[in-house]
Amino acid sequence: MSELLLILKGSHPVLSVLLWMTLAMVVLYFARSQVHQAIGAMSRVVANAMRLAAHAVLLGEQRLNRRNKEVLLAEGAEEVEKEIDREFHRIEAVVQRDLQGYPTLHRNMSDLITRIDEDYRRSTETPPSPPAWIEAVRSLANLPDGGDKMMAGIMSEIRKTVNRQHKMAIAEFRKQSSVRHGLLKKMAPFWRKLGRTVEDVGKTITGLYERGAMIDRKMDDYKEILAGSNRMERRLSSSSMTQFFIAGLVLLIAIGGAVINFNLIALPMSEMVGGGSYIGPFKTSNVAAMVIILVEVTMGLFLMESLRITRLFPIIGMMDDKMRMRLIWISFAILLTLAGIESALAFMRDRIAADLEALRQSLAGVKAVQGRQSWIPTVGQMLLGFILPFALTFVAIPLESFIHSSRTVLGMSVAGLLRIVAVILRLIGNIAVYLGKAFISFYDLLIFPLLWVDEKIFAGRKAKPSATPKEETFKEAVKQ
Amino acid sequence: MKKMILALLAPAVLLAGCADTTSRSQAVYMLLDTSGTYAAELEKAQAVVNYLLGTLQPGDSLGLARIDTGSFSEKDIIHKVTFDGRPSRSNEQKRAFRQVMDNFVSSVNESPYTDITGGVLQAAEYLNETRAGKKTILVFSDMEEELAKGFVRDFPIQISGIRVVALNVTKLRKDIKDPRKYMDRLEQWKKRVEAGGGVWRVINDLERLERILAE
Repeated sequence: MSELLLILKGSHPVLSVLLWMTLAMVVLYFARSQVHQAIGAMSRVVANAMRLAAHAVLLGEQRLNRRNKEVLLAEGAEEVEKEIDREFHRIEAVVQRDLQGYPTLHRNMSDLITRIDEDYRRSTETPPSPPAWIEAVRSLANLPDGGDKMMAGIMSEIRKTVNRQHKMAIAEFRKQSSVRHGLLKKMAPFWRKLGRTVEDVGKTITGLYERGAMIDRKMDDYKEILAGSNRMERRLSSSSMTQFFIAGLVLLIAIGGAVINFNLIALPMSEMVGGGSYIGPFKTSNVAAMVIILVEVTMGLFLMESLRITRLFPIIGMMDDKMRMRLIWISFAILLTLAGIESALAFMRDRIAADLEALRQSLAGVKAVQGRQSWIPTVGQMLLGFILPFALTFVAIPLESFIHSSRTVLGMSVAGLLRIVAVILRLIGNIAVYLGKAFISFYDLLIFPLLWVDEKIFAGRKAKPSATPKEETFKEAVKQ
Repeated sequence: MKKMILALLAPAVLLAGCADTTSRSQAVYMLLDTSGTYAAELEKAQAVVNYLLGTLQPGDSLGLARIDTGSFSEKDIIHKVTFDGRPSRSNEQKRAFRQVMDNFVSSVNESPYTDITGGVLQAAEYLNETRAGKKTILVFSDMEEELAKGFVRDFPIQISGIRVVALNVTKLRKDIKDPRKYMDRLEQWKKRVEAGGGVWRVINDLERLERILAE
């Protein structure tokens, strides 16, 4: 016993290690069932927690998807409503412009047709026939004279009379024909006018027909949107993504313009507000320049809203026309004033920069070269200063598209993120389950000699026990 | 009406509240050694002043003074200015400053003694009055102090928060013979400045003037 204790204390390292290992193996063997249960329970807890979390996240994602779909369809419906409204307005304009005067047009056409008809009738009247006695005289003229001179003379006179009458009839016929031709010639402009009128009416009707067909298509889209079809959802989301990226690109360009604008007016602003004062960590002159640019953008937004080009502020859109016109003029006047100020600042900047450059040259000991001073850069800067505020006005259009599309894109992005989180959570749950299995297998590996002996000795005595309910649950968790 | 005035004043009050209390302007005071051994170096000082004039911004302050027998005196201040906030006015002030410097260099009289400590004390007084966020004393000297009889300067100086930059510290004949004297001299000044709460720098390469105002 004392030797065993000595070995355990480590007097014989190899034996000591073997003995300790054997003891540990025995302890682990007897604790096997409890350890298996503990590991299984822990992995199940983690797996179930992760599964529940993933389920919750997926539910959230589904809810978000539904909300995204609603937003998308609502925006799509609003868009189609606007388009249909616009088409109806166009039709109304066409009807008012072209078809409102239809009764007058009809009367004109009827008058034209009546006149043409009358002219036609007049042109078809036959010339008067030669008098009826002419035939009798002609018969007499054809009688033989029998060689009598007097008779021959009479007959000759008769023939002359007949010929004269014939010529007169021909002349009369020609005269009548000329009159008819004149009438027909007068009809030509009326025909042409009538033709043009009919053509115009035809074009208008065709245009109306095309607009009608377009409204039909839009109405079909509208019905699909109201029905919430997946095809329409895909189409709208694709359109929304395109809008988002295009509007983002245009906004980036606008930001570039704003930066140039800022650099154009920041230096001269220090001449007005001083270059040595600060608001927070920023120079007052820089803040003032930024404020001017932001005010310009704001005025541009108001102008676009008042013109009903954008619809970011419903309250402006709902104003009556008189008030809206006032707002248009006020915002335009402020923009014009600011553009003028910027132009003056750009001029001042040119002067300050030239003065600063001259000072630097003199400090560096370089003799200032008095070259020909070109007015082109100065005018260019002034023009730029004047144009940029108006150019920034149009930022409102991409900004509106960006805001509208970003709702959808942001929603889709968050939904995608949630889906990824759900997948990761499920993955962690499965990893926990398989780690549990791996730990159990590793645990059995540590005590495999005793397990082997156990199997050999008790194999015949007891039938292999079926899986416990807990193990079943564990397997199910693994399957999930 | 009162409500409207309050609404209009609110942003101004907010902005005032946001105003940063720490000053971001900087003040530089340059001391020029006019003692016999160093007076010939003053032309180099012109380049430094020109660099400062080109670098300092509206709102910054610049002072220029000579180091002579008794430098702790307003009479030794050659020119001092706080640049106007408007760039155009600031440029005019810089041109005038440069003119003063040129005139001084062309008409400088050599001084028999070198009261650096007095100059530093005078500089510290000026810099503290400017309330600038960053204060720098540039000492354009060989840093060899020679005091006239009766002048007391062997006391600690208070230059808390001020950087003291020794520029163009030339080696004297005795330094060439024994470099330890040069090193000891600089070390003595370093200890004195740091003991007074200041920061000590030495820049001998005037090709790298940007290091003067760098942290």
